[in-house]
Amino acid sequence: MKAGTKFALGAVLIVGAVGYLMASGIKQTGQYFLTPSELAQRVSADPSFYDLGMKIGARVVPGSVEKETATQTLRFHITDGTVSYPVVFRGLAPDTFTDSVEVVVEGRLQKDGIIHATDVLAKCGSRYEAVPRA
Amino acid sequence: MTLLGHLSLWLAFLVGLWGAITGFVGGSQRRADLQQSARHATFALCVALVLAVIALEVAIFRHDFSVAYVAGRTSRNLPTFYLWSALYSGQEGSLLFWATVLSLFGALVQVLTGRRHRVYLPYVAAVTSLVVTFFVSVMLFSANPFQRLPFTPLDGAGMNPQLQNPGMVFHPPMLYLGYISITIPFAFAIGALLSKKLDTEWLVAVRKWTIVSWLFLSVGLLIGMWWAYVELGWGGYWAWDPVENAALLPWLVLTAFLHSVMVQEKRGMLKKWNLALILGAFVLSIFGTFITRSGVIASVHSFTQSNVGYFFLGFLVLITVASAVLYVTRLPLLEADARLESMVSREASFLFNNLLFIGLAFSVLWGTLFPILSEAIRGTKITVGPPFFNQVNIPLGLALLLLTGIGPLIAWRRASVPNLRRQFAVPVTAGVFVLLILLVAGMRDVGALLAFGIGGFVLGTVAQEFARGARARPRQYDEPLPLALVNLLSRNRRRYGGYIVHVAMVLLFGAFAGMAFKKETQATLRPGETATLAGPDGHVYAFTHLGVSQYNALNRQVTAALVDVRRDGKPLGRLRTEKRQHVDALGRSTFEPSTEVGIMSGLRVDLYVVLAGLVDGTEQAVFRFTINPLVWWVWFGGFVLVIGGLIVLWPGGAPLAVKGSAGGGARAQGGYAVKLEAER
Repeated sequence: MKAGTKFALGAVLIVGAVGYLMASGIKQTGQYFLTPSELAQRVSADPSFYDLGMKIGARVVPGSVEKETATQTLRFHITDGTVSYPVVFRGLAPDTFTDSVEVVVEGRLQKDGIIHATDVLAKCGSRYEAVPRA
Repeated sequence: MTLLGHLSLWLAFLVGLWGAITGFVGGSQRRADLQQSARHATFALCVALVLAVIALEVAIFRHDFSVAYVAGRTSRNLPTFYLWSALYSGQEGSLLFWATVLSLFGALVQVLTGRRHRVYLPYVAAVTSLVVTFFVSVMLFSANPFQRLPFTPLDGAGMNPQLQNPGMVFHPPMLYLGYISITIPFAFAIGALLSKKLDTEWLVAVRKWTIVSWLFLSVGLLIGMWWAYVELGWGGYWAWDPVENAALLPWLVLTAFLHSVMVQEKRGMLKKWNLALILGAFVLSIFGTFITRSGVIASVHSFTQSNVGYFFLGFLVLITVASAVLYVTRLPLLEADARLESMVSREASFLFNNLLFIGLAFSVLWGTLFPILSEAIRGTKITVGPPFFNQVNIPLGLALLLLTGIGPLIAWRRASVPNLRRQFAVPVTAGVFVLLILLVAGMRDVGALLAFGIGGFVLGTVAQEFARGARARPRQYDEPLPLALVNLLSRNRRRYGGYIVHVAMVLLFGAFAGMAFKKETQATLRPGETATLAGPDGHVYAFTHLGVSQYNALNRQVTAALVDVRRDGKPLGRLRTEKRQHVDALGRSTFEPSTEVGIMSGLRVDLYVVLAGLVDGTEQAVFRFTINPLVWWVWFGGFVLVIGGLIVLWPGGAPLAVKGSAGGGARAQGGYAVKLEAER
C-alpha cells in the first residue's frame, strides 16, 4: 500500500472520529432552547416534555422575585408576554440578576407546573455592555 | 474635539479607499508611482486614525458627556486607570481602537519588510487599507464614537463594575492585537495569489507575523481566563461561551499553520493547505468579530444589539467569496514538489496534527453555531454547552498532546525501526512511569490519568531533544553544559522555543485535568461558625466566618466578609471576599452589585471563596467555598508559553532561509529546524 493511501485511511479515521464524537455529543448533551409559549405548546402536545432538561429564555416578571438568603432559594416567574411559569432555584444567583432582566433558565419543568432550575443566567441588555472578548 | 474626530474618520475613509485602489492597480500594472502612493496612504491612514483616538481620549478625560460614547461608558468618579480602557470598553470605541491598531500594523509592515519581499507590498497596502476602510465605514455609518447627545448629562452612566478589573485593561487589547495582526499574513497571502508568486517566499515574509498573532491571541485568551476566574466568581476560567470559542477558533487554525508551514519549508508540500489555513484564520477572525458584535448568538459577552452585525456579515461574505474565488483560480500554481513517502515520517505526523487541529476547530465552530443551525434546519433551537465541548474536545486534545510528543521523535521522509526504538525508549518510559505513580497514588479518573501520562511522555521527548542537542555541542565546541544549553537555544530559537511551548502545553493540560477534582460547598455562617471541605489533596480545609465590615470607597459601597482558613487545623491565613455596590458621584446606585472573590492560590490547590450575600442585613453570611486544584499551573503554563513564543520571535541569530524544493539535507532525526542558509 502506498503511503498516500495509508495516510488517506488515517485521515478518514480521524475525520470519522471527530464526526462520531460530535454527533454523539450533540445527541447526549443537546438541550432544547425554548420560550415559555413554545414550552407550553410542547408540553400539552407531548407529556414527555415534563422532567426533561432544557433551557428557557424569557424575562423575569417584575416584582415576582422572592429571595431567601438563608436557604439560598430564589423564586420568581418568567414570561415571554403570553405564557408565564414559576421558577424555583437553589443556589447563588448571578450578580446581574434582578427582576425585569432577561434570563436563561436551565432546568426541568415538573408536573407541578414549576420549573426547577439548575442554573440561571442573567443578561441585562440595557446596562450590561461588556468589553468584547474578541 | 468631536469635530476633529469626525474629520479624522472621514479623512481615514477617503485615504483608505485611495490606498486600496492604488495598491491593487499599482501592483497589477506594475506602476511604481501608484505603488509609492499606496505605501504613503498606509502612513496617512495611521496618522488620521491616531488623531481620532486622541480626540476620543481627550473627550473621555475631560468628561465631555455631550459625547454619547463618553456618557455611556464613563463617569466622573471612574478611576483614571479605567478611563484609559474606556477607549475600547464599548462597541464604537473598540471599532476605532481596532482600525487604528490595524493601520499601525499596516504602516509597520511597509517599513519592516525586507527588500526581498517588496513585490507583495502594494497588495499588502491595498488589503490592509481596505480592511481599515471597512472598520472606519462601520463607524461612520452605524456606530460613530463621536456621536453627540441632544443634551449634556451631568454625569455619565459609569463603567460596568465587572470591567473595572486590571485584567479587563489588558485582555481586550491583547486579543485585539492577535485578531488584528492576522490581517497581515492574510494580506501577504492575497498578495501572493494576485501576483502569482506562490513559491514559499511569501511564507518567509509572514512567518514572524503569524507567530506575533499567535502569541497575542494566546496572551489575550490567557488574560481573559484569568479575568473570568478572579472576577466572575463562578469558580472556573473557561466556559465554552460563544465569544471565547470565537477567539479560540483562529488560535487553533494558526497553531495548525505554525506546524504545517514547516512541512512546506522543508519538503515543498502542503502549499494549498497552508494558504487555505491563512485565509481561513482571517475569515474566522472576522467571523468572531461578527459573533461578538451582532448578538446573533446569546452570550454573556454580547454588546447591545445593533445593526453593526449586518456590516460584519456583509464583509464576512465578501472576503470569504473573494478569497475562495481567488484561491480556486490559482490552484494549478500550487502543486506540491514532493509526495508523502512513508506514514512513519515527520510529514505524516504534522499532517495528522493538522487534521486534529482543524477537527477541533470545526467541532468548536459547529457547537457554537448549533443553536442557529438547528433552528434554521429543524425549526427548534437546540443548544449544546460545556458537556458537548468537553466530550468532543478532550479526546481530540489528548490525541494532539500525544502527537506533540511523537512528532519530534520521528525523522523526516521515512523513519527506520532501529531509529524509532532509539528515539522512543526514554520518553515512553517517562510517560509510563508517571502513569504508574499516579495509579499507585490512587488516581482513577481516566481523562486525568491520560493527560498526566501523555504529559510525562511529552516532557520526556523535550528533555531528550535538549539533552542530545546540548551534548552534541560540548564535543564540537568544548563548552560546559549550561552554556551549551543556552547556545543551543539561541542558535536554533525556532526549534527549541517551540519545544518550550510544548512544555507549556503539558503544564496547561495538566492544569486543565486538575479541574476534574474540583470540590465545592455552600454554607450559611454566623460569625464564629465554621464550614469544612475535604480537598482533593487529602487535606481538610476549615473556613471560619470572622465577621462583616461595611464602608465606602471611591465609587462603591463595600460589604466585606473576612474568613479564617485552616488546613488540618493549622492556620493558613485569612481571605476577604466582597460584595460591591457601585455608586455615581451623587451616591446613587449604579449597576447591580458585583462580587469580589477571595482567592488563596497555591501550587496544589486554590482556595476560592465567594460572598453570596448577607441574611436580612445581619452578619450571618452565605458563602460558596471552592477548592480548585492546580489552577496556578494554568498561569505558570501561560508564562512558559509566552517565554517560548518570545524565544522563537526574538530577532537576530542566524536568519533562516527556505529550501524551496524537496532537496536532500533532511537530517535523519531532529526537530523543526529548516536547513540553514545565510540570507545575505
